[in-house]
Amino acid sequence: MTTVESDRAPIIATANDQSMSSAALLRSWEAKPGIGGWLSTVDHKQIGIRYVVTAFLFLIVGGLEALTMRLQLARPNQTLLTPEQYSQIFTMHGITMIFLYALPVLSGFSNYLWPLLLGSRDMAFPRLNALSYWVYLFAGIFLYSSFVFGKGPDNGWFNYVPYASLTYSPGPNIDVYALGMVLYGISTTVGSINFIVTLVHTRAPGMSINRVPILVWGTLTASVGNLLAVPAVSLAFFMLWMDRQVGTHFFDSSAGGQPMLWQHLFWMFGHPWVYAIVLPAMGIVSDGLPTFCRRPLVGYTAVALATVTTMVLGFGVWVHHMFASGLPILSLSFFGAASMAIVVPSSVAVFAWLATIWTGRPVFTTAFLYFAGFILLFVIGGVSGFMTAAVPVDWQLTRTYFVVAHLHYVIIGINVFPVIGGVYYWFPKVTGRLMKEGLGKWSFWVMFLGFNVAFFPMHILGFLGMPRQIYTYSDGLGWGTPNLIVTIGAFVFGGGILLFFINVILSLKHGAPSPPNPWDAASLEWSTASPPPVYNFAVIPIVASRYPLWEDKMNEDDGASHDSNRSSVAAGMLLDQGRETIGTTLLDAEPDVILRMPGDSYSPLLAALAMTAAFVGLLLHSYLVFGIAFLLTLLTSVLWLWPQLSLYQREPSHE
Amino acid sequence: MRPRIAMLCCGLLAAPAATWAETPMSYQRTFGPAVDPVTRLAWGLGTVSLVVIVVIGVLLLGSLLRRRDAADGDSGQLAVRHDGGGMAWIYVGSGISLVVLTGCMVWTLIVTAAVARPPSPPLLTVQVTASQWWWGLRYQGAQPDRTFTTANEIHIPVGQPIRFELASADVVHSFWIPQLAGKMDVIPGQTNVLWLQANKPGTYRGQCAAYCGVQHAHMAIFLVAESAQDFAAWQNHQLAETPMPVSDSDRRGEEVFQGHCAVCHTIRGTGSAGHVGPDLTHLMTRGTIAAGLLPNTPGTLAAWIANPGSLKPGTHMPAQVLSGSELKAVTSYLTTLN
Repeated sequence: MTTVESDRAPIIATANDQSMSSAALLRSWEAKPGIGGWLSTVDHKQIGIRYVVTAFLFLIVGGLEALTMRLQLARPNQTLLTPEQYSQIFTMHGITMIFLYALPVLSGFSNYLWPLLLGSRDMAFPRLNALSYWVYLFAGIFLYSSFVFGKGPDNGWFNYVPYASLTYSPGPNIDVYALGMVLYGISTTVGSINFIVTLVHTRAPGMSINRVPILVWGTLTASVGNLLAVPAVSLAFFMLWMDRQVGTHFFDSSAGGQPMLWQHLFWMFGHPWVYAIVLPAMGIVSDGLPTFCRRPLVGYTAVALATVTTMVLGFGVWVHHMFASGLPILSLSFFGAASMAIVVPSSVAVFAWLATIWTGRPVFTTAFLYFAGFILLFVIGGVSGFMTAAVPVDWQLTRTYFVVAHLHYVIIGINVFPVIGGVYYWFPKVTGRLMKEGLGKWSFWVMFLGFNVAFFPMHILGFLGMPRQIYTYSDGLGWGTPNLIVTIGAFVFGGGILLFFINVILSLKHGAPSPPNPWDAASLEWSTASPPPVYNFAVIPIVASRYPLWEDKMNEDDGASHDSNRSSVAAGMLLDQGRETIGTTLLDAEPDVILRMPGDSYSPLLAALAMTAAFVGLLLHSYLVFGIAFLLTLLTSVLWLWPQLSLYQREPSHE
Repeated sequence: MRPRIAMLCCGLLAAPAATWAETPMSYQRTFGPAVDPVTRLAWGLGTVSLVVIVVIGVLLLGSLLRRRDAADGDSGQLAVRHDGGGMAWIYVGSGISLVVLTGCMVWTLIVTAAVARPPSPPLLTVQVTASQWWWGLRYQGAQPDRTFTTANEIHIPVGQPIRFELASADVVHSFWIPQLAGKMDVIPGQTNVLWLQANKPGTYRGQCAAYCGVQHAHMAIFLVAESAQDFAAWQNHQLAETPMPVSDSDRRGEEVFQGHCAVCHTIRGTGSAGHVGPDLTHLMTRGTIAAGLLPNTPGTLAAWIANPGSLKPGTHMPAQVLSGSELKAVTSYLTTLN
């Protein structure tokens, strides 16, 4: 392209994947063949799949760690693991599940689905998207780098000082955690920015803010939350690293530092993070249930607002992790009351889901079972959270197995169950093949049963006074039998997860071919082929309601059903001159600008490699390596930002 | 009626291990005013929680299994064809939740206020210093000569509030004797204060509740609540000088102690003044050694001195190179520390 168009009205046309224009789109959007294309692609679908696969690999590693711990704890006074091994394993289990599985798997879903849900051709910043993935992958490897040498982080995932200081932990264990988390924070931050800008700018025309799927609300809320929360933890870990390696005294009470500062900074991040790893998963359920209940979601607006409210309240409750730290009673009561108040938005969501099922006509697919089962686990995890919000009760419950039970009901119940349900739901879209329903139902029931057998008795262990993070316990405390039951349940649960993975592998090869919309669902992604073409949509759809693919089935007297005001997926903006999509306005999604999207590029991978090398340099105390890697990072940024004529953007003409 | 049924369910769920005597860390039943209102609140909130789970579970099952009009069965059609409706569920459900929640919140605030301060000012203060992985205890007397130090086994008189001042010698720990009080963290650089009162004589078990290093699992503490007379007798006994060794073997044992152990341990009246490990004056009055790891017998003492790391891997107490006779002598000497 030699001349730059300053003004251009997008052509509105009817096109499908067989159209001439789609051949042009394919040429523009397709990655180069071979390893080069694989490493340089910025396709959100590729990146989404990579996120999900990587997160599931980490889930398997974290799960094996959990099962090892359960063997150690099955009976009193076991010596399968040394205390130091046990400490590293429970720490890595937490880090893996919370940081390397729970958020990335949801980022994967959202990366894959957002442009398809929103009627766009890619995320707002495709290269940033690739960077986010590569940094996540390298941070994950970085965090495991010392564990394989028996020197992994060993102070629990919340890593309290001063045990994390050089005095008590002289090895590389905590440095790896500190630097790894700062690196990981870069991935989360750029990913969150990308989601926010994507929502703001790249929805299909007509997809006003009150028409986006709840998953989008969930991920948007999580992203805004992360953007505000991650700086606290990146700062805390950087300060910790400086305390350890540079000789500062932020957390050293003997030199005027303050151990409580760590706890505040960590939980200011930690609690919003908990909502970040569940709200998008709740969105998966809110979007999946209507499909299988054959009706729109009850209380869309209430659920969307409840999502946001939960996160807002979530920023005012961090002290409920610190009720036993000796803070004044008045402030504890405030934080306790705020924590209890989270029941209100949660109950809005629960009753919206119940009403959707009750007034709908459920289709008992595997995905639906996961979504329905999730509701019960959500409530159990919710009420145990409500109990720990009561300040004096929490003085007993905190740091016991009651809290372990609570956090697993929350993270497995509200993240893993919807995620696996979501895989059953969207697998045909992603792969073009349906998963096996019979095996799927087995996987659900084994998981559901095993989960409850494993984690419900942990509440009782908590009441019996068993502290968390102990590598063994003696006879005569009454903890033996419940622990044995927990271990058996954990292995059954692991078996359920295994069945799910077997189903994925079998279905990839032998699953029945899927039509574009196997569940007769309502949202835009189901209007594309299964799997979707690399450019997503032959034309940019025009959206006129919350349920664009159900408009034929919806009531005639609903405004959305008038012919003049119908969604259109067959006809829309063609935008076939290179990588293009439409930018729209924030609230009403009016067309605003033709966005020229960048092509595939090695710079995200190179930038991620250079950044990681810089952190490796810091870890090895090699300031030469750090310096070179830092310069390389700047260099790749220049490469990245080098002006390209093809990305020149102008407003479309309104003539 | 319903809360009582739910309470019964609670009991049944906990039944496999609910024999109180066998679960010394269980706080389902408690024995003092610093925690009893909390226990009632915990049962109350637990009952509310179980009722919520049951109600939602029944609604969920009902919504799944509810008989539906067969005419609706056409899969091409939607069950509900307009976007809206069903809001009554949210209004009623959240409304009831809000009312219950407010009640629970008020109850919680009342309990918080009730246990925040003891009913009368405590007459006795115990200074607790938590270390990796044991508890140092200091009883501050009215006069300096009424002050003494011990470890891992607290004695208090029943029926009166006791004040605990909690300090850390190294990392974050958490002081927790579940049947008498909730947890209070022990944080370097600050002194946290806790009060408790035992209304029933007996031995109560506690355990560190904040991860504090590899032997976090073996950092137990015992609290003996006894009558005022028994407590006074114990206190006087702890204040007494240790008896000088009489037999040759015990004198040899004392020499071994001074040569190998006194850098870290104190036995009052012998010139030893180490503070790294527990004070061993009147060691034999304690029920356990190594912070609850082992019963306090000559056999376990000898095994512990010979190789602490094999019993408590990671312990800061180094193994001593002692001949068989030295080990025997020092053990024999320690067992005289009544």
